[in-house]
Amino acid sequence: MDYKLTYDQFQQGLERGELLGLKCNTCNSVTFPPMTRCRECNGTDLKITEIAGEGTMRTFTVIRVAPEGMTAPYIVAMAEIDEGAWVMGNLVDLNPDDADMNLIGKRVTLGSHVVKGDTYSHGDFRVITFSLI
Amino acid sequence: MRQVAILGVAMTKFGVSEKTNLEMFAEAGLEAIAQSNLEPKDMEALYFGNCLGDFEEGQMHMAPFAHAELGLPVSVPATRFESACATATVAIRHAALLVGAGVYDMVLAGGTERACAMGTPLATRTFAMGHHAQYESTAGLTFPGVFAMAAHMYSEKYDVPLKELKQNMAEVAVKNHYHGAMNPKAHFQKEIDVNTVLDGMMVADPLQLFDCCPFSDGAAAVVVAEAGKARELVNKPVYIAGMGQASGGPLYLQKDLSRVMAREASIAQAYKEAGVGPDDIDVVELHDCFTIAEILALESFGFYEFGKAYDAATKRETYLGGKLVVNPSGGLKAKGHPIGATGAAQVTEIVEQLREESGPRQVEGARVGLVDTLGGDFGTICNIILRS
Ligand SMILES: [Zn+2]
Repeated sequence: MDYKLTYDQFQQGLERGELLGLKCNTCNSVTFPPMTRCRECNGTDLKITEIAGEGTMRTFTVIRVAPEGMTAPYIVAMAEIDEGAWVMGNLVDLNPDDADMNLIGKRVTLGSHVVKGDTYSHGDFRVITFSLI
Repeated sequence: MRQVAILGVAMTKFGVSEKTNLEMFAEAGLEAIAQSNLEPKDMEALYFGNCLGDFEEGQMHMAPFAHAELGLPVSVPATRFESACATATVAIRHAALLVGAGVYDMVLAGGTERACAMGTPLATRTFAMGHHAQYESTAGLTFPGVFAMAAHMYSEKYDVPLKELKQNMAEVAVKNHYHGAMNPKAHFQKEIDVNTVLDGMMVADPLQLFDCCPFSDGAAAVVVAEAGKARELVNKPVYIAGMGQASGGPLYLQKDLSRVMAREASIAQAYKEAGVGPDDIDVVELHDCFTIAEILALESFGFYEFGKAYDAATKRETYLGGKLVVNPSGGLKAKGHPIGATGAAQVTEIVEQLREESGPRQVEGARVGLVDTLGGDFGTICNIILRS
């Protein structure tokens, strides 16, 4: 079967400032980030869509012991986008020491930033970012 | 399915070891075989767990070398299992499935890990390979980070102020160190108090150093056998009453990290096969890789309602002598967590408990025990219910 929106195409979208996801022709759910099938109904009749780029913070942590190749501290978070999907990324534009429970439920806009690859990844890549509105 | 039993069980002392993965596994494997009143040549298969040998020692495809160390016949297949931290439990489950199906009568299953050899930065990086490589680990996620996000969600969802939750999480570490102090095989055999936890360095907010299990070296192995043969060989075979295994996808699809959906599916399978429920379990070895993880597991098993297990250790309900003894070995927290070996060490503890061989940490009258191991981002859960 056809992989409608590959990781590489998703990355190219981020490069252009587009947040590409998949809209299900069966149930209308939006899958973001992309995968083979609709995250809700498992349908494979999907079309590429651009998400609006806003959401709500659901949880977060401040990483203070980082994997080799990353520099702590930084914030990892999950947000629910307005189209319903959840996505992981980095909360930026906030001092990690100011991150507390009040973040949960806050409105965010989505973007992306470049992260340097390491021995195990295929070059540099873009990661979803969240910024408080 | 034929009835399946566990014969010999053995583990090395967990901690920092100068021994190789193969040396540690040979020690545990040969002891488990000898304890079963068997010889290596009696094994019909080796199900061998290891996660990160490639990075620890530059060694992949370790199973045939372990096979040689043990002196198994060439006709005996050796197969590697990798299910992150649930590796050895998954190996044992598959050994039991094939013994139950009549393919084999005797299988050696377990695992080995030498995580300390990597040092913390590389170990943190390689463990993070258990996250989704495109959409999760790229954000710099770590395993403490996953459970840290779960703790924040738990606090929010159940309206338990974070400070109060952390105090109660610290009590989980205190309990598991209390148990570990009685276990001569444990990585840490030292009691701590709540302040030890709350004064520790922050690893991933809100988890501090003593909320986290260590990187450990160690190996463990068990002999899985057809029950009739088991009864001829040893006085106290321990029987596999039920098993379960289930899988979850990336965290962003799981969404609510306060509920481990794969665990709820896995334990339902195990309870059904064993014909038991939460009230029938006397002793539990569960996956306390982080303090919050023990709380989540207690709720998944139905020992507590959702949102109600956070103060179980504080109320001493999960202590030795409490109403449900949880992690009498010291758990991953104090006994240590050599990820490829952990599940076999949990089975070892429960088998010894059911044989009443646990000395000062013996759970009085334990007849039914539960093993719970979690791999990855709640991605694999494997449960085994054992009975005497
Ligand atoms: Zn759909």
